[in-house]
This record gives sequence, structure tokens and C-alpha cells, in this order.
Amino acid sequence: MCGGALAFNMLAVLALLALLAMNGLGYFWQRPLTLLTLREGGRVLGEIHQREAIPGAQDAEGQPAMRLQLKVGNRDVTGVDFRWIDEQDILERSHPDDAVVLGRLEWGNYYGFPVAIQGAAGVLATEPDQIWALLPALHDRKRSEHAAIHALEAGEMDDVNAELEELRLARRRLALRELPVAERSHREAALDRQRAELDARHEQLATQLLGMRERVLVETLVLETADGSQTTVPVGNIVRFLRPNSMDRIETLGLYASRAWEFVWGEPRESNTEGGVFPALFGTVMMVFIMSFVVTPFGVLAALYLREYAKQGPLVRIVRIAVNNLAGVPSIVFGVFGLGFFVYMVGGTIDQLLHPEVLPTPTYGTGGILWASLTLALLTVPVVVVATEEGLAAVPRSIREGSFALGATKFETVWRVIIPASAPAILTGMILAMARAAGEVAPLMIVGMVKLAPSLPIDGRFPFVHLERKFMHLGFHIYDVGFQSPNVDATTPLVFATALLLVTVVTLMNLSAIGLRNYLRRRYASSPF
Amino acid sequence: MEAMSHPSYPATLPEESRPDPALHPEIQDPVLRVLTLSLWYGAAQALDRVSLEIPRKKITAFIGPSGCGKSTLLRCFNRLNDLVDGVRVTGNIRFESESIFDPAIDINALRRRIGMVFQKSNPFPKSIYENVAYGCRIHGINGKQDLDEVVERSLVGAALWNEVKDRLHDSALGLSGGQQQRLCIARAIAVEPEIILLDEPCSALDPIATGKIEDLMQELKNDYTLLIVTHSMQQASRVSDYTGFLYLGRLIEYGVTEELFVRPLKKETEDYITGRFG
Repeated sequence: MCGGALAFNMLAVLALLALLAMNGLGYFWQRPLTLLTLREGGRVLGEIHQREAIPGAQDAEGQPAMRLQLKVGNRDVTGVDFRWIDEQDILERSHPDDAVVLGRLEWGNYYGFPVAIQGAAGVLATEPDQIWALLPALHDRKRSEHAAIHALEAGEMDDVNAELEELRLARRRLALRELPVAERSHREAALDRQRAELDARHEQLATQLLGMRERVLVETLVLETADGSQTTVPVGNIVRFLRPNSMDRIETLGLYASRAWEFVWGEPRESNTEGGVFPALFGTVMMVFIMSFVVTPFGVLAALYLREYAKQGPLVRIVRIAVNNLAGVPSIVFGVFGLGFFVYMVGGTIDQLLHPEVLPTPTYGTGGILWASLTLALLTVPVVVVATEEGLAAVPRSIREGSFALGATKFETVWRVIIPASAPAILTGMILAMARAAGEVAPLMIVGMVKLAPSLPIDGRFPFVHLERKFMHLGFHIYDVGFQSPNVDATTPLVFATALLLVTVVTLMNLSAIGLRNYLRRRYASSPF
Repeated sequence: MEAMSHPSYPATLPEESRPDPALHPEIQDPVLRVLTLSLWYGAAQALDRVSLEIPRKKITAFIGPSGCGKSTLLRCFNRLNDLVDGVRVTGNIRFESESIFDPAIDINALRRRIGMVFQKSNPFPKSIYENVAYGCRIHGINGKQDLDEVVERSLVGAALWNEVKDRLHDSALGLSGGQQQRLCIARAIAVEPEIILLDEPCSALDPIATGKIEDLMQELKNDYTLLIVTHSMQQASRVSDYTGFLYLGRLIEYGVTEELFVRPLKKETEDYITGRFG
């Protein structure tokens, strides 16, 4: 009976993982392009995503009539990404070798046939051979131009902006201080001079960037859709160009790997429906790490006090029950508490004390990764307390007495014998806390998690770790992509892929903690946990 | 839990020598003097006006049936009973003429001078080396060379060195029961105590391991005063120089081991050692 229940649970988990893996991993696979000629005229080019029976319809032989879901792309031309086509309407299917699919920075995929490449001075190539000979080198050049733009934006331009902001704040600080008039105007003049210099520099950079951005878009690829309308796509906007029908297996696998890589390590595009999820991945991992670093010492100290120092009595029993009950409080309540306590009270106070010149724009007085981590630390502290207490209770009395009999103080006994002996139990608590925290989304939505964060909480700008910044999270990403996107058909596989990634990340973090625990257990070979 | 106060302990005890037949005037320069010591766990009295003197650098054994208070008496010497909630003590124990219940005494220093080995071996879940070095570390000795020396000397002293010298950094919990008990002895002597209390150290060991521990005790007698609590009268008669017989919390008889076993003065003693009860 019990074995059956266990087997059922295991099966359910495995089935869930298999479902995620099947749907999620298929997202990166390039399907062949199919060109359909329709009975009533017109041609459609795209990837076949699904085939299903039309409810209540039958074909000529009495079989259920089928229809195909085709990803046709070309959102800028047709306005839709997907089309349903009844199989009865199809006159002919073919897989033309020269059909291309373009991954673009804007408007999603393009499906069609290349016609020409145009440069600033005129047409550069018209024959397919010429086009395919020219395109790779041109595309590489455009990529490096993009990289140069990005480097300038994230480098010098960002520096200038940061300095300008610093000057603005210096000006504010000056305004907040009591100074003699002469002194004040002298300082203000100095700041204004610096500001004028920076403004000039900013102007110059902006012009330079504008020029670079224009140059990126000069060369265009002219394409024709299946039904013959022409489109021009700037080569600089193309992420990938492929002819899937003439790719061999190795190329397809390489493409698969490259897409999976981009998904994990890339930035999101097109309001998260394309590109990668790296910022969300980074935010999730970093938040769980901060949470663990806070919750473990906090929970362990609380458990030590309850088990080792507090006088056992009704009060401790009540505290223990309260801690256990804390685990049952709905997580959104913790979110509301985090918003009121951490964000408004603590963060607001920090802002007033440390950043008065920035106000009314809040720095710490708004949601951020630190507050989100602390909120989750509160949420998971009961787990750590309970697990640690059990570990402490399992340390035999004789070991404590052995330590005391050698002249150790209470603190030395706790620190040198009891904590090491219960380390595996403490880690068990941490593992459970991490698993709980990584899956929590609701409370984070009000303490600093956002749909799209402009920058990571760690970057190259002093002080390098920006705990006040808002962050992205895989859990929220799943919700956002799957249910807030205008293009649900396109993003459904993305939901599975992101969910699979989240499960994988949680599993990896847990496995590393379990590895550490097993190492400690081997080393001490005592604790029953 | 720690540093239990002893509210009922009389700060100045009259130094009168009671007419107690258990007190042996022939013991010269005793290291420990127990003076009308009574102890209660809550309402239950475990020791009833025990008085005796412990000779220096000898082995003194305490025998008696289960629950007679012999372990409790032993745990009074290093005040390990303080860890038990609701303990109350009257009377006194003088260690080198210093009262061990004096509130001003450093209890950790006292426990360093009076080491203890327990009934069930209780090595820490650490390596063999760290087990022995533990006492030194908490008393502030951290130099690797010093510790290496102490560990080797203690393990040699506990007749364990040859068995573990190649695996000092393995877990102590991988040792056999007898080895673990000798490790606990090594751990106790590493801090160079003056007295070692042994609380039924062989009760969980087989005869061979027991023999090793008993041989070791004879060696240790040269440097330390040993107090042993044992269930086994044979063991008491084999190893000890003095023996005390406790029954229902009272010290019935105390004296040189041979005399106590050959010519017991009290009827209860005779009944016990001849196996008529207990």
C-alpha cells in the first residue's frame, strides 16, 4: 500500500519532468520549412507545429478531417505568427531548398525567399549564389558593429551618464547644505563647468552612436514571402539566417546547441518572448544564495537558543509552536510584510539617512533583490529552525558531557562539538529552505521582482554588487511569458523550456548542497541525518 | 543548565572530624576529601552524608548495586552533576584543600584538573587527532608542533598509538569499542589532569579490551590519581588499592581493597561481595 503510494508519487514526478523535457527541449529544434499550395490559390511557407482533428468534421472517405498549425512568422507583414490550415484545402506540399528562416531582433521570425542584397550605393547581389556568398561576411560585420555600439553604450556612454547623475546629486547636496553665499555660488559655478564639459561629451557620444546605429541598418536583405510580397530586412537586424531544408543533421544539431546556449545565456528580446532568460536565471540563483546566507545563520542561532540555552518550559514550547506555524502562513502575507517592513520602513530609513539628495526617488525604499531575499529568508526560517533543532536533539548527551568533562565551556562545546556534529542536519534545513525559496513567486512580486530589469544586480560599476536593484526571476518569467504575452502560441514552448530550466537549477543547487552534506556526514560519520 | 547554583551548600563547613568509621586516618596527604556530602535529584536523595578521603596516586574503586549512588558520587568530583536540572548538594568536597563548590572557583579549570572517562565511550564526531587535541585547543594550545607532541604522548600513554598512528586523521567513530574507550582515556590525559574519574569504563567491552584498560590503569597510576566506579567486584579487587562500598546512597565501608574483600567489617558489605544480593 505504502509502496504503491510511493511508486505513484515517483511516477507523477517523473511524468512531470518528462512532460517539461519533451515540450521544453523541442523549442530549440529547427523543423523543416514546408511550402503549401492552397486550392483556392495562394501559397503559405512555415513550420508545421501541430496536426489535429477538426471537431465534428469528416473528409470525403469518412475519416476525421485534420488541420495543421503552421508557424508562418512574418508578423510585420501578416500580423499573425501562426495559421491553422485545413488539410482538405491543401493542393500540394513541398520543401524548397532555398526557403530561408531569419531570426530577427524585431518582429520575430521571417519565412521567405531571398531576392537581393542592397547596399547604400545600390544592389550588391541578386543571384542566390551571390547572395549566399556575400551574406555571411556581411552579417559578421554587422554583428561586430552591434558589438561596438553595445560596448560604447555600456562603456563610455554609461560612464558619462553616471557622472552626470553624480553631478546632479552633488548639486542637490549643495542645495541641502547651509553655506555662505559666496562659497555656494563658487561651488555651483565649479559644478556647472563640469556639467557643461560632460554635456558636450554626452552630445558628441550621442551623435557618434546615432551614426553607428544608422550605419548598421544600411545594408538590407530583400526577401519575398511565399505569396510574393516583398520585404526588406536590414542585415543588422538579423540574428540568424538559415536554409533549414538544405541543412544536414550535424548543422541542425549545431543550431540546436546554439539556440539552447542563447536561451540560457542570452538577454530577452521582444518583451521576453524571444532571446534568452539569463537575467532571470541570474536573479533566481543570486536571490536564493543571498537568502541561504541569511537564513542559515539566523535559523541555526534561533534553534541553538531554543534547544541549548533557553530554559525549557511553557514559553519555549509556545515559541516553538509559533515558529512551526510560521511555516503555514501564506507566502503572499510574507510579501506584504516584506513590503511594509523591509522596503518602506528599513529601506525608507536607509534612504533618508544615506541618500537624502536622491529623494524623492527611492534607492533602498523600493523593492530590490536584498529585500526579496530577506523576505524569503523569513519565509523559510521555520524550515531551518525545525531541521536544526532535530539535529541538535540527536547529538547524544554523552558527547556534551565528554566536552564539559574536559573543561570546555558551554560556548566551546556548542561551537566545536555540537554544531559540527549537527552540520548535516543544518544543511538538510538549508536544502529544504532553498527548494522552498526557489519556487516562491507570489511574495516577490511586491518586493522587487520585475518583468524586465535593465541591469543585473552584479556588474562592473562600483560597488559591483547592487543589492538595491530590481531583478528578474524564472518563476515570474514563466508566468509573464506564458500568460501575459500577446503571442501565446509562440511562447508556450518557451514556458516549458523555462520551467525545465528552473527545475534544473533548483535540482543543481540542491544536489550541490546534498553533496556537501554527504561529505560532512562521511567526515563525521555520526549523525542520523 | 550550566553553572547551577548550590543554594543549600554551606559556605563555611565546620572542619570537625566526625567519628565516621569510613574515614581512614592512615591515608597520608589525601588529594580529595569528601565531607558529609549529601545530594538530591529533586526530591530523591542519591547520596546520604558520605565522607571519605582519596589517596594520592592510587586507584580507588567504588562498588555497589545499581542505583547506590556511586556514579553520582564520581560525578560530584568534577561537578558534572551541575548539568542536571534540580540537583541540590550539601556538604563539601575539598580538592587539594580547596572547596570545589566555592562559587569563586573556575569550574572549567577544575574539570581540566579532574578528567573523566565515561561508561559508554563518547568520542567526538571528529578525527582521532582532533579528539585528543580537543582539550588542548579549548585551553588555548593551538600550535601544530605542540599539538602533535601532545597527541602522540597521550595516545602512547593510552596504549593506542601503535594501532592508530597511521590513521590519525580518520574519523574516531571508525575505531572499535575498546579503542574508542582508550581514545577517551587519551583525550582525558591530553590535558594533563591530576585525577581521572572512570565511570564503569569497561562495562561495554569484551574481556580482552577490558584487560588492556586494566593494564593501562596500572600504568597511569604512576602519574595520576584514579577513581573508578565498577559493577564488577573482580575488577575492583584486581585493579584498586582502596575500595568503597556504597549502598542506598550511604558509604557503608571504605578501606584497603584486600582487607575489604577478605575481612569486611559490615554485614552489608559481606553480603554484597559474597553475592547474597545485588
